[in-house]
Amino acid sequence: MYDYTDFDRDFVNARVAEFRDQVERRLTGSLSEDEFKPLRLMNGLYLQLHAYMLRVAIPYGTLDSRKMRRLADIAEKWDRGYGHFTTRQNIQYNWPKLRDVPDILQALADVEMHAIQTSGNCIRNVTADHFAGASADEIEDPRPTAELIRQWSTDHPEFAWLPRKFKIAVTGSPNDRAVTKAHDIGLRMVRDEAGEPGYEVIIGGGLGRTPMLGKVVRDFLPKAELLRYLEAILQVYNMEGRRDNKYKARIKILVHESTIEKVRAEVEAAYEANRALLPRVSPELVAEIEAAFAPPAFEPAPDTAAPVLSAGLRAFIDTNVSAHKLAHYGIVTISLKPVGGTPGDATAEQMRVMADLAEEFGHDELRISHEQNVILPHVARRHLPAIYARLREAGLATANVGLVSDIIACPGMDYCALATARSIPIAQQISETFADIDRQRDIGPLKIKISGCINACGHHHVGHIGILGLDKAGVESYQVTLGGDGTETAAIGERAGPGFSYEEIVPAVERLIEAYLDNRLEPGESFLAAYRRLGPDPFRAALYPEEARSDAA
Amino acid sequence: MAPRAFKPQMATGNDLLEGDVVYFTAEGGWSRHIAEAAIARDKEAAEALLARAEAFPNQIVGVYLTDVTIDPNGHAAPAHFREDFRTRGPSNYPEHQRQA
Ligand code: SF4
Repeated sequence: MYDYTDFDRDFVNARVAEFRDQVERRLTGSLSEDEFKPLRLMNGLYLQLHAYMLRVAIPYGTLDSRKMRRLADIAEKWDRGYGHFTTRQNIQYNWPKLRDVPDILQALADVEMHAIQTSGNCIRNVTADHFAGASADEIEDPRPTAELIRQWSTDHPEFAWLPRKFKIAVTGSPNDRAVTKAHDIGLRMVRDEAGEPGYEVIIGGGLGRTPMLGKVVRDFLPKAELLRYLEAILQVYNMEGRRDNKYKARIKILVHESTIEKVRAEVEAAYEANRALLPRVSPELVAEIEAAFAPPAFEPAPDTAAPVLSAGLRAFIDTNVSAHKLAHYGIVTISLKPVGGTPGDATAEQMRVMADLAEEFGHDELRISHEQNVILPHVARRHLPAIYARLREAGLATANVGLVSDIIACPGMDYCALATARSIPIAQQISETFADIDRQRDIGPLKIKISGCINACGHHHVGHIGILGLDKAGVESYQVTLGGDGTETAAIGERAGPGFSYEEIVPAVERLIEAYLDNRLEPGESFLAAYRRLGPDPFRAALYPEEARSDAA
Repeated sequence: MAPRAFKPQMATGNDLLEGDVVYFTAEGGWSRHIAEAAIARDKEAAEALLARAEAFPNQIVGVYLTDVTIDPNGHAAPAHFREDFRTRGPSNYPEHQRQA
């Protein structure tokens, strides 16, 4: 775990004090709302439909039991006893009172957390593979890179007023669990011919109104060159990104309008200039950061035979435990998607249980995934029975990771001021429809992702089944996209056809899944594989049976 | 196209301190209950309502007018589903919903 330096601590504490003063001035009326709003947004405080919302950064989704307990304390003391983990590996509190927010920020600062740069046209919280440092398929832990970027980008004077918000994701594995192609910059760790690790640099990805997959701007960047190169990308974007139209301001539009070749040439030129102007990342700093992410002291492999497992535990391991780089360890994904629940929500009590488990059995490490689940990245397999038992008691043992009910859903119109329709109740109904876990296992890997507006926080474009809630002439309407994929085989889903009403959408999803079951070659062929083989037609026919009938007539 | 017929409107916003949804009342104050919202029935009345409602910059934020429908008993209800949700609170936790 990276610990704050004195510099970090002073900076964050100073920001809390500054915000306390700003809130005070707002309350006495010496700051108007127009003056105050950008200041509160810079500190992660939004005004939503029913209340304020505070968005707290969890850098690269990593935290320990102390931080998790503090998140629980805040939920209990200043909110309504729960929090919402987001697709940006943040946590959002839905009910803070303005007067309390400085105290909340101080409580966060005391455990080295903050809400800075979770809003506004700046470089946002850097996201990373949630299996970082643990996964069997990893080249290198991406978190030292993410931390380096965090340090470089926090309060970077040149990049505080970009044309638009800017998101960076890092993965250290060939299996992309960080959706790098859907970010303004995606970094994928690769090795060059000599076996040295570096980055494949991808730019111009993004979802939202104009979804685009990122393009490779550089095949291989040596590690030590990272910041000079990122600086170059940001310089080009800061100069040339459009500021006249909010919807055309992301770097993806620059890449699209100007071509990747031109942008590459400009970035490379800026990078050449930076090489003369800026120092490389100092090896001492890199070593220091890497040391902060050194692997925990793993226990030796046991020499006893594995214990006999109950059927429930076997099912849990099957879906929720992934391969760790050590054979006698596992990565446990705790599903925040119980049947009928709100994706990504956890109560204060559940947060404490997860903190306890991390401390007792998991080398004190926790991760938040962009899929709105919580991960125990380092668990010796001998502890799995104990962990499973404790998770069951806390209502956290749902064995559905990667299955149809492991749905991503943004807050939608139940909370979000920008929403055009609800998303949470759709997720709840789908998970109730497919509550039978045997049915879910039969359906196999399936990612449903739901957004409550075109901003696409629910990543619907990269869902195998994507659902976008819209306001169609004053009525909620849900548009379906098919075949999206957020992994290393990334694809933007294709729109299936006309939208469905709130009442129609869940049955429509059920018909889609029935069509998949009818058409798959064998149980091993996943929904996505079947879609790729068959194309949209059989799925469209299932979605729009009326039309199919009239075509046949 | 014929000019859009005027729909009755009310003024709403959020409480600066609590963030709660509030409605401007006929008495010239703010209420958490939509039943107490003042209703403007023509364009001029709506403009006047908004002007009065905007006079609380350090108490209420984000003030705007929104359409309502009036049932035969004279009760106003939001015309749009977004405003309807705002009267009630999030649907995923019944315990956090507001009393109507
Ligand atoms: S996708 Fe839209 S509705 Fe959902 S959280 Fe983002 S802005 Fe809000």
